[in-house]
Amino acid sequence: MAELSFREAIAAGIAQEMARDPLVYFIGEDIGAAGGVFKATVGLFEQFGPDRVRDTPISEQAIIGAAMGAAMTGLRPIAEIMFSDFLATCWDMVANQVAKTRYMTDGQVSLPLVIRTANGGGTRFGAQHSQSLENWGMAVPGLKVVAPSNPADAKGLLAAAIRDPDPVLFFEQKSLYGVKGEVPDGEHVDRLGSARVLRDGKDCTIVALAAMVPRSLDAAERLAAMDIEATVVDVRSLVPLDTRTILSAVTKTGRLFTVEENPRLCGWGAEIASIAADECFDDLDGPIVRITTPHVPLPAADVLEDAAMPSVERIVETVKRAMR
Amino acid sequence: MSTRVEKPPAAEVDRPTRLRLYQLMVELRDFEQRAYELFLENLVRGTSHLALGQEAISAGYAVAMRADDYTFCTYRGHGHTLARGASMAGAMAELLGRGNGMLHGKGGSMHLTDVRHGAMGSYAIVGAHLPIAAGAAWSAQVRKSGQVAVCFFGDGATNIGAFHEALNLAVVWKLPVVFVCENNQYMEYTPIASVTAVEHPAADRASAYGLESILVDGNDADIIYQTARQTIDRARTGGGPSLVEALTYRHGGHSRADPAKYRPEAEVREWLQRDPVKRYRERLLTNGISETQVNEIETRAQQKVDAATEEARRGDPARVEEIERQVWGDGSAAWRN
Ligand SMILES: Cc1ncc(C[n+]2csc(CCOP(=O)(O)OP(=O)(O)O)c2C)c(N)n1
Ligand SMILES: [Mg+2]
Repeated sequence: MAELSFREAIAAGIAQEMARDPLVYFIGEDIGAAGGVFKATVGLFEQFGPDRVRDTPISEQAIIGAAMGAAMTGLRPIAEIMFSDFLATCWDMVANQVAKTRYMTDGQVSLPLVIRTANGGGTRFGAQHSQSLENWGMAVPGLKVVAPSNPADAKGLLAAAIRDPDPVLFFEQKSLYGVKGEVPDGEHVDRLGSARVLRDGKDCTIVALAAMVPRSLDAAERLAAMDIEATVVDVRSLVPLDTRTILSAVTKTGRLFTVEENPRLCGWGAEIASIAADECFDDLDGPIVRITTPHVPLPAADVLEDAAMPSVERIVETVKRAMR
Repeated sequence: MSTRVEKPPAAEVDRPTRLRLYQLMVELRDFEQRAYELFLENLVRGTSHLALGQEAISAGYAVAMRADDYTFCTYRGHGHTLARGASMAGAMAELLGRGNGMLHGKGGSMHLTDVRHGAMGSYAIVGAHLPIAAGAAWSAQVRKSGQVAVCFFGDGATNIGAFHEALNLAVVWKLPVVFVCENNQYMEYTPIASVTAVEHPAADRASAYGLESILVDGNDADIIYQTARQTIDRARTGGGPSLVEALTYRHGGHSRADPAKYRPEAEVREWLQRDPVKRYRERLLTNGISETQVNEIETRAQQKVDAATEEARRGDPARVEEIERQVWGDGSAAWRN
């Protein structure tokens, strides 16, 4: 085991797959010699050269379009969209072209490509550089959606996404980039569509994603001091969704809380709540509660941003009140 | 018609190629006409965008392409897809929503695709396929396969961002791609000239990307064929992309049963006189090809379209089991365990 930061784990995952498969190519803005605006691709340009690690113009449609054309003709491209907010400028490529072409051609076309993007708040960048957009991808059939919460998962899930035969939207929560953690030595490849139980507790289940996972774990520690034992599930992948792991935790504990960074409406937690209500209603001992950012564009000032996003305190308070 | 249209290239097109060009154009013409008839019979349920009048462009390029080259086209793509050798019955059945359609009913008229023949898809969002074609060309470049991507689009597509993003990227990366603008003078119902800053929406913008301005008569199959050979050859030999504007006209409306009343009668009449199929027929006859030979090509094309129509009509409706297939690489539509 080596200790790596989340950003180093991302670079390590890309390097592992590029070394293994000569058909993996990587394109994006400032990803080459500059090493990425979040320094998550440092060293790749030096290791693999300008042909396989290519800087692009600021042309998000061309970046995703080129990755798609390459994927359908034999490459396994990784495309970086610098901030997930910029997905809005190429959403046609993502949602209309990449997501639908296998289906519309009834499988004539395969699209093994990964779209990596820096996602989420906590950096005081304001509403156009801070959105948590996993649910945009989740709403479009044909896209896989992955969002790791720690360095080991960042490397392993990214490697799995690159090997996957389908398009994967890979969300990297940007406040996690500096977080360090143990990453298995040697080749590390995880599995898409597998949630992970990070903490066992008999009283309730807290389901979280990406940056909300460490906050939920902290909250669970504080709740334990108040005699509330929480199970914490890291969803890791929204599509495919590991409902088995999530529902079995809900069944055991009888209560479900979701912790979502996204604004309220149609967040991923709403889908999980609906599935739980549908399939384990009789096991529930109380209402399902969603903890989200309010339905507002994320404000910039530190105090406002911190108050808007689900905090450890808010998770603790909400769970405590609901469990009373 | 602009005075800047280029003269026919000096080299003559040989006889077998001419016969092939004519045969293809007649087949595409007959297919589209049949599609229109079936539409009027209410057998084509959704929409269809016919390329009647634009056959010289699809035929001219397809004949010049290598079997493994890539074609990317728009919703007005029946002709481009068939010209690469895709099954006519499969295309017709797809229009009719039958299980024997080339996409088993999941794509429809606007998305005809036959990857085995290099027909890499028909794209229904204006301009979207230009960057995708650039991507296929990039893949051919790094795989050193010698393949070329040819991307057809309308005049209207020159005003969307993806056009400019794709051209810039293709030039910067020196990609083996040929962009062909079929300027049929109209978008849906509005003339391109009324919403565009330059007279020739593609050719006048070529210089912005350091490309040669190429403006050709899109209703002359010989000119298109020669232009195709030059531009494809340039791409294949590492000379990078080209942008071609081919002037043409659609004989019918934009889609479905649009009567196209928004076009001045005199303009329509003038363009009908420049019908690429009729013109080419005359050229063949004045160049030593007999009436009998020409008739034979026409009869065979009719028979081919008749047979394809029959086969398509015999097909069962698309199967509902298809709905939840082929979302993912494992063939399934499963999003949870
Ligand atoms: C992005 C986008 N905007 C609008 C449309 C609706 N639309 C379909 S075809 C068309 C006209 C396109 O004109 P042109 O590019 O000249 O192609 P043509 O139909 O003449 O072949 C429009 C506006 C669309 N499909 N996609
Ligand atoms: Mg047009």
